[in-house]
Amino acid sequence: MSATLSQVRAARFAQRKRVNYIATGLALAAMAFGLFWLFWILVETFRLGIGGMNWVTLTQMTPPPNEEGGLANAIYGSFLMVFLATCVGTPIGVMAGIYLAEFDSKSWLASLTRFVNDILLSAPSIVIGLFVYAVVVSRFKSFSGYAGILALSLIVIPVVIRTTENMLQLVPAGLREAAYALGAPKWKVILSITLKAARAGVITGVLLAVARIAGETAPLLFTALSNQFWTSSLGEPMASLPVTIFKFAMSPYENWQQLAWAGVFLITIAVLGLNILARVLTRNKS
Amino acid sequence: MSSTLVHGDSPSSLSAIKPSRAMTQPPPVKRARSGPLADRIFGWLAKGSALLTLALLLAILTSLTISAWPAISKYGLSFLTSTVWDPVQNEYGGLVMIYGTLATSLIALLIAVPVSFGIALFLTELSPAWLKRPLGTAIELLAAVPSIVYGMWGLLVFGPVLATYVQQPLQSLTHGIPYLGAFFSGPPVGIGILSAGIILAIMIIPFIASVMRDVFEVTPPLLKESAYGLGATTWEVVSKVVLPYTKTGVIGGIMLGLGRAIGETMAVTFVIGNFNQLDSLSLFQAANSITSALANEFAEAGEGLHQAALMYLGLVLFFITFVILSLSKLLLSRLRKAEGTKT
Repeated sequence: MSATLSQVRAARFAQRKRVNYIATGLALAAMAFGLFWLFWILVETFRLGIGGMNWVTLTQMTPPPNEEGGLANAIYGSFLMVFLATCVGTPIGVMAGIYLAEFDSKSWLASLTRFVNDILLSAPSIVIGLFVYAVVVSRFKSFSGYAGILALSLIVIPVVIRTTENMLQLVPAGLREAAYALGAPKWKVILSITLKAARAGVITGVLLAVARIAGETAPLLFTALSNQFWTSSLGEPMASLPVTIFKFAMSPYENWQQLAWAGVFLITIAVLGLNILARVLTRNKS
Repeated sequence: MSSTLVHGDSPSSLSAIKPSRAMTQPPPVKRARSGPLADRIFGWLAKGSALLTLALLLAILTSLTISAWPAISKYGLSFLTSTVWDPVQNEYGGLVMIYGTLATSLIALLIAVPVSFGIALFLTELSPAWLKRPLGTAIELLAAVPSIVYGMWGLLVFGPVLATYVQQPLQSLTHGIPYLGAFFSGPPVGIGILSAGIILAIMIIPFIASVMRDVFEVTPPLLKESAYGLGATTWEVVSKVVLPYTKTGVIGGIMLGLGRAIGETMAVTFVIGNFNQLDSLSLFQAANSITSALANEFAEAGEGLHQAALMYLGLVLFFITFVILSLSKLLLSRLRKAEGTKT
């Protein structure tokens, strides 16, 4: 009797162990599965894009089909719009983040803002494009760099709000109280004590926002549109790297696809570089 | 408020007060005077920025509704059930796109949820401590890759591989089977609902996995250690202690991923095939989603009903994601509350 009982126990134990092995094995496989895609995408991007990285790509304008050319105007347009959108979006995002963390952070207005901000953070970016089209482009009857900048800055704001608020909340209250005790007014406490202490985190948020909008295509499709030529006037349609890639990749022309891969390579390097930089910044802080 | 009121007084009374104050009181400290005013301006700026965010949501909703109004007033809710999308005849219905969006997102969830669970389990329970950070970062980088890169890679690299090594074998395997065969009929060219779903799955894995990892980590160590102490295996701890404790958070994370998948544009536009008809259930069939219809047609659509119909689709998309993301947020915050009271 006791022998059978211990046998049953041993069998159950073996069974439980087997289930555990299978489950942990599957978890390991899931991890490998995730890494596999990252690896595959990066390898292909490098393999197909590195060939297009040369001086011509960086200095010449986007060509007509089957002619030699580069991505200079698209790179410039992307750079300009991302830079200006960050300049517009960051102050608003930081101020709103300050409001959420430093002013009445428990009030209904703050909770509502937090809620709405989280929705906007994950809202489809193409809807932002539609919104800017309806408000700006259809009113002024022209696609323009300004509209593109507005669309991108609307994506920057929620990202910056989120990180600014989180980072400000990490600043110890004692630091604030010490500054108040010295008689500093609130704006000065926030700007030169709290915000300064949370600087690395806030910069991280801005970097992440830049990385996000550098790769955004959808909000630019009907705002900045695209432009085959060099333009530094923001009132005109403006080329950008993602939209150019979209146009070229869907085309049947060999040289356009080659340029699209070069563009994909550039964007991937830039975006992943910014992301890693942002992570390094926060790691040093904590 | 007080300092501005003083300045707002009539100049005569101000000049009358001034000398007497200088005689009887010490001159007020400069900083104390500038402080409240600067504070108030600063506070307004901060509050204004926060209000701007709220205004943005309302502005998006109203402007989309106004732009979509011609289509809303013409079709009403029957827009959602009609499959006709014919710019030439100027007849529009959104069911094809809505079906495409939902079908691709569903496939994405079916793949992404178990994988993300496995990744979260690995990162929280199995991984050696020194590997946790690099592996977590690698998975998060998957979310950082721009969607246009996924799109181009999906169309030119992944699509052909899927067609040769998955679709064709599947098709020959399920050829005669009545119901299953219908799912895998159609041209095996690597473009369509299945490829879009798989690419969406890769894109949302990092979101779901990182939420799951974060909520798994809020499980009190005491609970887990008690279970381990009773002799439970890792799997038993995760499935019987961690998962029940973090249930709402896990569902919130899945909703977040779903919201992302539904709103994703470029990657889907590349691989879904942009085909505006709904004539088979096949997963290999080219189809269309709300986002890809917008991306492809909007810039070329003339003012009028075509544009209004596209705006209507945009509004539907925003509404769906709004509901899903709100649910996700609600579930996640409920977990946070429970965590606050129990520990």
